[in-house]
Amino acid sequence: MLKYLLKRLVQMVVVLFTVSVIVFLVMSFTGDPVLMIVPPTATDAQIAEARTALGLDRPLWVQYGVFLQNLLRGDLGVSYIFKRPALSLIVERMPATLELVFFSVLLSVAVALPCGVYAGARPNSPFSRAVMGGSLLGISLPSFWVGILLIFYFAVEKGLLPSSGRGATAPLFGIPFAFLTWDGFRHIVLPAVTLALGTLAMLIRLIRAQIMEVMRQDFIRFARAKGVSWRSLFFSHALKNALVPVVTVFGMQIGSLIAFATVTETIFAWPGMGKLLVDSINTADRPVIVAYLMIVAAIFVLINFIVDIVYTLIDPRIDLR
Amino acid sequence: MAEYLLEVRNLQTRFELFRGTVKAVDGVDFTLREGEILGIVGESGGGKSVTGFSLLGLIDPPGRIAAGEVIFRGENLLEKSEEEMRRIRGKEISMIFQDPMTSLNPLQTIGRQIGEMLALHTALSPADRRKRALELLREVGIPNPEDRLENYPHQFSGGMRQRVVIAIALAANPKLIIADEPTTALDVTVQAQILALMENLVRRFGSALILITHDLAVVSEMTDRVAVMYCGRVVEEGPTRELVRHPFHPYTKGLLESIPRLSGERSRRLPQIPGMVPSLFDLPPGCSFAPRCGYATDLCRHEAPRMRAVAPGRKVSCHNPVTGGEEAEAHGR
Amino acid sequence: MSAKKDGFFRSEFFHNFVRSPGALAGLLIVTFFVVLVTAGPLFTPQNPYDIGSLDLMDAFKPPVWMEGGDGAFLLGTDDQGRDLLSAMVYGSRISLFIGLSVVVLSCVLGTFLGLVAGYFGGRLDSLLMRVVDIQLSFPAMLVALFIMAAFGRGLGKLVTALTIVGWVLYARTVRGSVLVEKKKEYVDAARLIGLSPFPIILRHVLPNILTPLIVIATIHVGTVILTEATLSYLGVGVPVTRPSLGLLVKNGYDVLFSGLWWSSVFPGMFIMLLVFGINLLGDFLRDEFNPRLK
Repeated sequence: MLKYLLKRLVQMVVVLFTVSVIVFLVMSFTGDPVLMIVPPTATDAQIAEARTALGLDRPLWVQYGVFLQNLLRGDLGVSYIFKRPALSLIVERMPATLELVFFSVLLSVAVALPCGVYAGARPNSPFSRAVMGGSLLGISLPSFWVGILLIFYFAVEKGLLPSSGRGATAPLFGIPFAFLTWDGFRHIVLPAVTLALGTLAMLIRLIRAQIMEVMRQDFIRFARAKGVSWRSLFFSHALKNALVPVVTVFGMQIGSLIAFATVTETIFAWPGMGKLLVDSINTADRPVIVAYLMIVAAIFVLINFIVDIVYTLIDPRIDLR
Repeated sequence: MAEYLLEVRNLQTRFELFRGTVKAVDGVDFTLREGEILGIVGESGGGKSVTGFSLLGLIDPPGRIAAGEVIFRGENLLEKSEEEMRRIRGKEISMIFQDPMTSLNPLQTIGRQIGEMLALHTALSPADRRKRALELLREVGIPNPEDRLENYPHQFSGGMRQRVVIAIALAANPKLIIADEPTTALDVTVQAQILALMENLVRRFGSALILITHDLAVVSEMTDRVAVMYCGRVVEEGPTRELVRHPFHPYTKGLLESIPRLSGERSRRLPQIPGMVPSLFDLPPGCSFAPRCGYATDLCRHEAPRMRAVAPGRKVSCHNPVTGGEEAEAHGR
Repeated sequence: MSAKKDGFFRSEFFHNFVRSPGALAGLLIVTFFVVLVTAGPLFTPQNPYDIGSLDLMDAFKPPVWMEGGDGAFLLGTDDQGRDLLSAMVYGSRISLFIGLSVVVLSCVLGTFLGLVAGYFGGRLDSLLMRVVDIQLSFPAMLVALFIMAAFGRGLGKLVTALTIVGWVLYARTVRGSVLVEKKKEYVDAARLIGLSPFPIILRHVLPNILTPLIVIATIHVGTVILTEATLSYLGVGVPVTRPSLGLLVKNGYDVLFSGLWWSSVFPGMFIMLLVFGINLLGDFLRDEFNPRLK
């Protein structure tokens, strides 16, 4: 087990390193950041001075070296716009994104699990067919459009729920979360539903497909020949076998959710990391973009790692020795 | 009146596919006594496995049992509800599948899987169930059963896994065990062991066994009686010894002749049955074997023969059963 | 799949196709869009890119069935006086163009790399698979977002970015097929005679990968259209001069709070409809070509 962990750790570092190189290289081709910092009235001399101050006159690989060094020290650069360390900007906004993603996940799983399991158990029932049609529609929906529709109906027309912002927050372990206040909770509903829809639809289809596939397998037939009742067949035998791969796929989905949160946060002006990214793209705030990518890359790598570990724990066939 | 434990009459199982209807089992008849070992032999795809599944009512759409009777201990199984069949499965009739790799639930320990069988069909307490499970594992020849109970299927070799499957099949002391090609997926060296084990246990516990296989050599060693199947029909049935010595059906004769022998003339080419097994979508009219048969007459090509007794205990489905080989010379093939 | 000798119309595929409401609906929808984007521009009342034909007096008109609607602008107009329906027709064209071109390019690139990796094996294969794995551990949208953010908007850049994100699935599938074929005996036989097994492998691999590739490609078109719409919505997709449906939604969003819902609702509906139709087809194809379900 230890050997496996070490191997994975090394892999993770390699991936992060590769990502840092790619991110750095790509961003370095995106135009001259100096012009963002100096006032429009700057003279050529002042621009040159600013360039030197930022270290932008040195060769690329030296710049990368500096970048890497800083990275390892936890210094991800200073925002051109906010004039504050990019890292702290992102970390400040993390709780907002995390709670949004958390509630979306909760919502998706709470709805998808029973629906998907039922649809898998009775694949030809009217409910199952309706679910399949609905979920196919669900994965065809542009999430930003759904958000707009929800805003229009619930906020503009009916005035039931707020259309933007995070509302009031309350601290949990010293970190401010919105869902702990009624106002904050009202603010989180629409964004969470918007974000949940795509994942929900995908999950239902996946669960149903997995269950149907497992029910067709030999060991189910053998159990049936043993005289096992259908109820036992389904719940004791099929379900666990069907859901194990679902867990893995779902783990990967969480990464996707974080990505799609950027869109949701933009629509609802939800002050999370995603919104920060989009704003930074529009203002060409390079350090923040780079910092976001590095942090998010680290998060994804971590999620993949956790998913793998969880998978080895639940499937006894995987032997790590 | 139960002279027979099992009596199958005109069993017909069909699969309705887009390309047409496959008559996988097309009028099968055979009988079985208590404690008897019956071999069902035939080529792959000849309907043997489907027959086995049909007996237990394990045919799912697009297949269905279209006609026939399966009289087990005086009752027709085909008329029973799924609930009633469920009580019979495992307890009175159990089944051993072909591929031990896929028969067991990979995510459950074998202790649990054996335990499930015992919990379903016996009134033993959990502690007694565990004891019985250990006993069963010992019976089937698995060393260190105490440790092995907590193991998962993938931790066993193919042969060991099949032993576990046999243990499960025997757990509730069924009257009849249906073994569908139980050794086909195993190493040759292991095959003999498993077969010997099965024969031993079945004789000791007094269960009847239906051994479904394509291997005529295996059948001739182990079984009391044999039913030979071709294209979904039983073409010959009788006591093994006699059938092997004096086959009546040309197909049986062909099968026997194609078994390689260790002694005897070695310069002779191994005889083969000419032609190929017809597609089940497109069976020839009359006797299905006629196109490949050296004794076929016009009658054979037009009218399907029916199963009839040609000697005490011997039944054949043939218009011109082979007797001693004179017919062969008479038809000049 | 069966009965090639009986012709396509008697095949099981065709039989199931005409009996599947989903497949038929999907075909109908996709055909509608194809007709719309080829013939549509001939019939639209207005070319929305032609600034000269716009009249600011027409701005903010609601759809024709609402009060204040104008028969000339069936679905209303936007803040520039552009007819929404015309904009949607042209927008569909862009969206569909991007979808198809990305899929074709990804497929070609991915298939080529998959073939190479599978055939040559060794280091090349390991390297390629590592790249695939790494790329797959990051959400496609984010990678595309990053690339577009770095290099700016533009049709060509968008297609390139989406292709970079999209080739991996094809490569993995094709490589898998090649590996399976490589193990077969005829490969060793060919090598023994001194023949290069490559053309034979190709001939054997291609029919096997055809059906999975078709399924992947169909579903991929839908995915690309959605991704492009999202990117355009965020402002990093198509340029302003050639608005796709996604960009139209964004423009509509800006005026949403004044109650002018049609500018964002209708284009979005079009996206949904198009992708839904594609997914219906893709779903049917996947079920048809799945050997395990038979």
